[in-house]
Amino acid sequence: MANDWLMNPALLMMLAGLLAIRLPTKLLGPLAVVTPTLGLLMLCQLPNGEQGIVSLYGLTLTTLRVDGLSFVWAVIFHIAAILAGLYAWHVKDRMQQSAALVYAGAAIGAVLAGDLLTLFLYWELTAISSVLLIWANRTARAYTVGLRYLVIQVISGLLLMAGAIVHYQATGSLAFDHLGLDSPGGWIIFLAFGIKCAFPLLHNWLQDAYPEATATGTVVLSAFTTKLAVYALARGFAGEDILITIGAVMTAFPIFFAVIENDLRRVLSYSLNNQLGFMVVGVGLGTELALNGAAAHAFAHILYKALLFMSMGAVLLRVGTVKASELGGLYKSMPWTTLFCIIGGMSISAFPLFSGFVTKSMILTAAAAEHQWLVWTVLLFASAGVLDHSGIKVPFFSFFYHDAGHRVKEAPWNMLLAMGVTAFLCIAIGVWPEPLYAILPFPVDYKPYTSYHIITQLQLLMFAALAFCVLIRKGWYPEEIRSTNLDFDWVYRRLLPAVVKKLLAWMWRLDSAVRAVAMKAVHAVIEKVAQSHGPGGVMSRNLSTGTMVSWLSVFLALYLFFSFYW
Amino acid sequence: MKTSDKKAWLEQPANVDKLVYLVYLICGVLLVAEFFYEKHPYFGFDGSFGFYAGFGFLAYCTIVFSAKALRRVLKRSEDYYGE
Repeated sequence: MANDWLMNPALLMMLAGLLAIRLPTKLLGPLAVVTPTLGLLMLCQLPNGEQGIVSLYGLTLTTLRVDGLSFVWAVIFHIAAILAGLYAWHVKDRMQQSAALVYAGAAIGAVLAGDLLTLFLYWELTAISSVLLIWANRTARAYTVGLRYLVIQVISGLLLMAGAIVHYQATGSLAFDHLGLDSPGGWIIFLAFGIKCAFPLLHNWLQDAYPEATATGTVVLSAFTTKLAVYALARGFAGEDILITIGAVMTAFPIFFAVIENDLRRVLSYSLNNQLGFMVVGVGLGTELALNGAAAHAFAHILYKALLFMSMGAVLLRVGTVKASELGGLYKSMPWTTLFCIIGGMSISAFPLFSGFVTKSMILTAAAAEHQWLVWTVLLFASAGVLDHSGIKVPFFSFFYHDAGHRVKEAPWNMLLAMGVTAFLCIAIGVWPEPLYAILPFPVDYKPYTSYHIITQLQLLMFAALAFCVLIRKGWYPEEIRSTNLDFDWVYRRLLPAVVKKLLAWMWRLDSAVRAVAMKAVHAVIEKVAQSHGPGGVMSRNLSTGTMVSWLSVFLALYLFFSFYW
Repeated sequence: MKTSDKKAWLEQPANVDKLVYLVYLICGVLLVAEFFYEKHPYFGFDGSFGFYAGFGFLAYCTIVFSAKALRRVLKRSEDYYGE
């Protein structure tokens, strides 16, 4: 079919996003739910393979590629968009509703892209549309944070484009398949993906920006950008050993920051970063089990992470803050939100019967199968950390612990419904993983429910919980206090500006010194000129009329004298 | 909301104790379970008695204590960046 590129759910979503700019506000909620639902139906109708071939200036672009890998991501992106739409049903702000649809559409378009140019276009569009979810807060702080976020995202896009050009010149192909790290183009693209995937030291845009978006906006943000990056890595760099190391570091280091962070949405952002690490390890291992694990974990993760952000968004909406130091005892006012948050926490902690249990373990098993005992141990360590920051800290300090005295209304019906459905899915995947396993990129031969796995996992989690009980009762658990904790972003928010300021100050000093010397020379010349031409100078002496008359008489006398004697 | 002076069930220290004892009990049961299932360790060291239990407990304590140490280095006032 000539126009089959139009049959793209991404275009449908983006069109709806444009529609949202003009539609009556009461229709925005239904639009945000119905559109991705239709998109999902459309996706399921698409045949496998490459379609939507468009020729542009002699380049052949594949705008639609449905295969094992892209299908899982496209499905979960649609589900995330539906749930986020339901969660934000009450939002009357066109900017947010429109941006969320375009953003989700761009992310879906990107995972369905079969070439690097199409990927680049959607990649940049996710950046530009998502920043509106931060700016929608309409505060000076949100503006600054959004700008920082946008700059970093756009840099990622530009690197992707540069890498694509280098890759095209080297190979003559723009196809987005396995790229590998044996060419400069591959490395540049890898860096572009790494920024969006929040690799260590490239990660701070995530913890900086996500907690500053609107209550509903963060839920949308949490689903797409980083998982798109995981998809891109799985497509282009599966089996690259360096990813195993990067991923393992990613699982471990954010935990420590999550423990001492006060803003609970920022805690969840660190936790998100740590979860991405598991997926990156899976991609790096590159075996069928590992890639299945990465895909399944991305699927489960989008749901439970959205659920956790939803519960904190509800708290933010009702209480006005998600700072742990200001919260506590909310279970009395918001019992349903509490329940859903706990379900999200148990899912991310990978308790048996919850989604994390059947997905994360695939990655650990794959690591063990590759004899990566050190990586496996780090992942296990990180799993205990997950229990702390997301399984215990987030629910405990907001809904329990010391009652902070907030007596608020329960979350609105649409938020509760969205959380309820998401919580249901988290449990459904945990109890009945087969439907998820069925859509993974490779055939699944993995049984999560063995007595060994159940008991060891429960031991790990319950003894970690035991440690929490001991520490908090002894008063050894760090108190929640209002603070900013320095992270790597200190380098570009403080150090770099300070260095630049110093450098500029130094340059100004140098400049003024050079100019002082020049001015001295100029002054000397002026002085000299002033001496000769100034008042009383040789060149500017005023001769009196008398002198002139006497000289004139002298000349006349001389004239007379010579005229008589010549 | 209820405004009674009586503390909620969850806020009475005796009940909190009960919950903590429940955690102790579950942990105890899980340790006893070590004797009753077939182990399939990946490497060998992970098959030793109570490996996962000990690892979970120690990992948790390590994380919390290192984070506390980290806080001493990294903590700044809330408006440190002045935004």
